[in-house]
Parts: sequence; structure tokens; C-alpha cells
Amino acid sequence: MPQLAEAPGPALRPNWSINPYQPALAHIVRVHRMVPNNHLFTLRFADRHQVETFRHAPGQFVMLSVPAAGEAPISISSSPTRPQVLELCVRRVGRVTNALYRLRSSDVVGLRGPYGNGFPVDRLAGNDLLLVAGGLGMAPLRSLLWYALDLRERFQAITLLYGARTPADMLFRDELVSLADRPDINCLLTVDRDPQGDWTQHVGLLPALFDHVEVDPARTFAAVCGPPVVFRLALERLLALGFSKDRILMSLERRMKCGIGMCGHCSVGYKYTCLHGPIFTYWDAINLPELV
Amino acid sequence: MKTLILPKEHLDFFGSVLQQFGELHGPVAHGEQFVFRRLNRWSEIRLDYTRTILPPKKYFLPPRERLFRYRRGAGWVPETADLERRIVLFGVHACDIYGLNILDQVFGGRYCDPYFATRRRHIAVIGVDCTPDEHCFCRSMRADFVSQGFDLFLQDLGDRYLTFVGTALGDDMVLATQGLFGDVTPVDIEEYKRRSAERRGAFRLEAEIRDLPEIFEMEYQSGLWEELGERCLGCGACSMVCPTCYCYDVADEVELGSGDSARTRTWDSCLFVDHALVAGGENFRASRASRVKFRFYHKQRGFVAQYGRPSCVGCGRCIEACPAGIDIIAVIARLREVDHAATC
Repeated sequence: MPQLAEAPGPALRPNWSINPYQPALAHIVRVHRMVPNNHLFTLRFADRHQVETFRHAPGQFVMLSVPAAGEAPISISSSPTRPQVLELCVRRVGRVTNALYRLRSSDVVGLRGPYGNGFPVDRLAGNDLLLVAGGLGMAPLRSLLWYALDLRERFQAITLLYGARTPADMLFRDELVSLADRPDINCLLTVDRDPQGDWTQHVGLLPALFDHVEVDPARTFAAVCGPPVVFRLALERLLALGFSKDRILMSLERRMKCGIGMCGHCSVGYKYTCLHGPIFTYWDAINLPELV
Repeated sequence: MKTLILPKEHLDFFGSVLQQFGELHGPVAHGEQFVFRRLNRWSEIRLDYTRTILPPKKYFLPPRERLFRYRRGAGWVPETADLERRIVLFGVHACDIYGLNILDQVFGGRYCDPYFATRRRHIAVIGVDCTPDEHCFCRSMRADFVSQGFDLFLQDLGDRYLTFVGTALGDDMVLATQGLFGDVTPVDIEEYKRRSAERRGAFRLEAEIRDLPEIFEMEYQSGLWEELGERCLGCGACSMVCPTCYCYDVADEVELGSGDSARTRTWDSCLFVDHALVAGGENFRASRASRVKFRFYHKQRGFVAQYGRPSCVGCGRCIEACPAGIDIIAVIARLREVDHAATC
């Protein structure tokens, strides 16, 4: 039985200048009412130094505080290649997010982070990227999408498969539809239903989009995010295509109260979503019960 | 480690000397049980106690504490008022000190929790040895002895204590008595060894923890978990009394009138139904069986992978506290039983 490695209590050094729970003040710059109950909030730190120095990796998240309401983990939807502000796609679903929806431009929120491992962008470089998103799963993948498009020469072929229930439910719809014209990305968008009848892209379930793409699993990394059903179906397709379990990356969501591996809520098996994730390989997922 | 002898006849005087190092707290009787609390008189202390209802964790991670106060314009201001209160916690058993050392790992790893760490630096810990009762299995969890995490540790040798000095602060406490402590003689060492062997033989519970993570892995689908899920009431008592359970919840509360708010954290339990509930309603451990399994799994498997040992010190509190009679020793025995779990 190994003994505890480090010196005990008295060696702990409380340092209040790096209190990991301390939210930094930030202002709402803009609220884009992208989809009902799924707005895109653009935030900027109040402190200039922080605006200049904050750096995140695609796939990381922040803990967002709304005064008098609480704190919640939110993935960063903007790419680190576009600094100065942070874009958070927030679904109105709980106490904190409901309070956020009552705020307007220039109102104050709190931010701390970034947390989590993020996508291993250095490992992804030089490979093809296949992004697979369902519903809200586009929120964390959009950071990786624009990272790859802004640093286009670092990656080979880029493919995006994104499915939403209806065109009105599609996150970043205008932006993504305009990508259809770009020659350097294969952007396939689908909706389950098209009630208005004015949708010009695919209609049908997300997995059907796999029939329209050709990928070489040996030189491709897949990044998947969405509700559990999307994980199940996408994984099925990716494995059938011959993807190695190490080349399938999944962005997961868990309840979190701290973001730094202490509060226990995001624990899956022997890992914490906040510290060891939220990006896991499918191999991790197989070895961590309850992960998907 | 510096080792000295304290004659028991001087213990009362030593207690009075310790007051210059902070408020004196220790185990006292509470009905038929024991609790750690401030001593009104030295004579209240019960060094013959078995285990306290709550472990000393409550001094370092209080059941409820305010982390921040939010004020318009000022933002989130850390609440530090109570953190530097000097306390001398007298009479902590080895397993509970081991529990604190485990919490040190959790709260002082890659990120340091300054609330916990500040309290840890201001609360002196004086350990005392103990005799195992019918619920103790600290020896199985390798927590029956502790070599760090205390300022002083007293080992009963009959009419005297063998005293291990763990820190400079502990040494100052010894020096402040101006000669109460004497040197260790070969007779003391012999007596220590004799009592150590005697204590070793006094344990009535035993669990083998080597390869337990692997057995947990293989028995993940065991019917035992459903069975325990049927019995568990989901009350979370096992977490509350556990020296190493550290899960907490955080909530903001508005203060009426001012518009200010306070951010408070409270103890939480993975047995509570909303522990793994995410916004939008997905609950990753909706069934009680999955939550019971998670608690055992995290302590005996997950924590081992992350920190190199189980987050259990064998104090026996969860066995004593569970209203449904769920007993970790019995669970481990069932899992280890040949021809049992995988087939049930």
C-alpha cells in the first residue's frame, strides 16, 4: 500500500491571490437570440489584463456565475483564435441560466477558468477532422470548428455533420449554412423535420449523413458531442467505419459545483469530468462506467 | 521523529498549557456517544472514547460555510473571517488523522482550496492512540498508525504517554511546559512494542484490500448492488459521518433587502438522488442501486486510481450510522466470496 506521497496539512499553502473559487467580473457585451432558450452570450472580462491574458483550448469550459443565482459549468463556444471576448451558448434550463436570461448588455457576471483538458489540438494537427454534433452538442464543437478553420493549414480535410430537430432549433444556423459555400470544409447539416418547408439542406436523422461522407479512419480524428442517443448512434457508425477507439473524442457534460476536482459531482468511474475531461476518448469511455 | 515521555499525572497541566495555543477542543460524552467540541473544563475530555459521531473533518470542511459574499460593484468577496481561529484539537485517533491527510490530497492537489488549507494551518492536531472495538477495521485500511498530519501523538503506556513530536508547533507545545516531558527509556520502548502487538491482535474485523479494485471492476454487474439498492434509504448518513467524504454542494442565497447574496457550500452525498443530475434532466445515477454502488466503487476503486489508496480509513462510522444496516465489511466479504457475486 503506497503511503500518501506529499507532506500533510501544515504543508498546504493557502494562497488567497489564486483562490480557485474566485469569480472574476465580466460584462455581457452582446446577447444573440440564436434559438429560443438557446442564446449566445458574448462576454468580456472587466479587467483589461485578464482580457489580454485569458487563453483557452477548444473544448474547455468556464464556471459562469450569475449574481444571486449561482454558478454553472458552460463550455466555451468561441475559438481561442478569436480572443478578447468569450462566447457562451447557454441553454435556459435551470436557476442560473434563467437568471442569466434576465440580464442585458453591460450587466455583470462572474467567470473562472478555463477548466478541463480541451481537445488535444496538437495531436489533431496534420489529420483529417470529422466533427459530429447533435442538438446542443454544437456548442463545444464550434470552438474546435473555428480553431481548425482559422488555422486551416494545420489540418487536412475537415468535415462537419450536424443535426437538429428543426431548422429553428439549429444552433449557429446562419453561420453554418454559409460554410456550405466554403471549398475547404465539407459541412453537412440535417434536420429531423422541416415544418416550414424552407430548409435547403438535408432532412433526416443525423446518422444518415454518414452515407454522404468518405473518411479515412487511419488519418482522421472524430469529435462527437450531443445527447446520449447521438453518442450511441454516432459511435456505432464510427466503429463500423473502422475508427480506432483512440481516435474518437467525446465531449461530455456532468453536474459540477467546483470545476477543479473537489466537489465530487462530475465523477465518472475513477475520473473527474472537470479535470480529466470533458474530452474523453471512446477508449476512456469504455473503461469508465456510466460515462455515456 | 522526536519522541518523549509525558507522565499521565501531568496531563491536566499540559492541557492548561495548551490553551495558549488556541481554543481547546476534544472528545466529550454526548448521551451514549461522543462528539468533538470545545472543552469548557479539561475534565470533560474523554480520552477513552471509541469514535465521535462526526469526524474532525467538520473543523476543516464545516457542514456549511460561506465562501463569498456578492456585493454590487465589489463583486464576489471571499469570506475569511472565521478561518484563522486557532484551535487545539486534542485526542484525535490515528484513523481520523489519516482521514485528514487524505483530505489534504484532495484539497491541496493541482488546485489548493484556501478555505480548507487556512483552517488546516490554524488548527493543531494532537493524536491519541485507541483500542479497536467491534466496528473498527482501520488496520485493514492501513490507517491504524499514522506518521504525519499531527503536531503531537500520544501513545498510552499505562501511567505515561509516549509522545511523538510531528511538527515545530508540536515541539513548541512541549517546550511551553518547561520540563513536563522526559526522555524515552528502553523500558518505554519495550512497553510500546508490547502494547502495539497486543492492539494488533485486538481487531475483530478484517477486509483484504489488495486487488479489491480489480474485484470491484469484475463485479460491476453483480446482483449485490441491486440488493443493496433495495435496502439503502438514500439518507446519506454514511457520507456525513465519513472522515474522507468530501463532496459538497454550492448554492447562492439572496439576502433580503440589500440585494447582496452569499455563496455557501454544504456537505453533499452521492447517495442523494440529484448528485449526478445535470441541467436538462439527465440523471446519470438515477437508481438507488447505482448510487450505492458508486459510493463503494469511488472509495475502493476510483480513489485508488487517482490517489494510490482507498478513501476509507476503517473508522467504522458508516457501519454504526447506517439505518439499513449496510456494512462495508460485509459488502467486501460478499464480493470476495467464491461462487457468489458474479452468479447472483
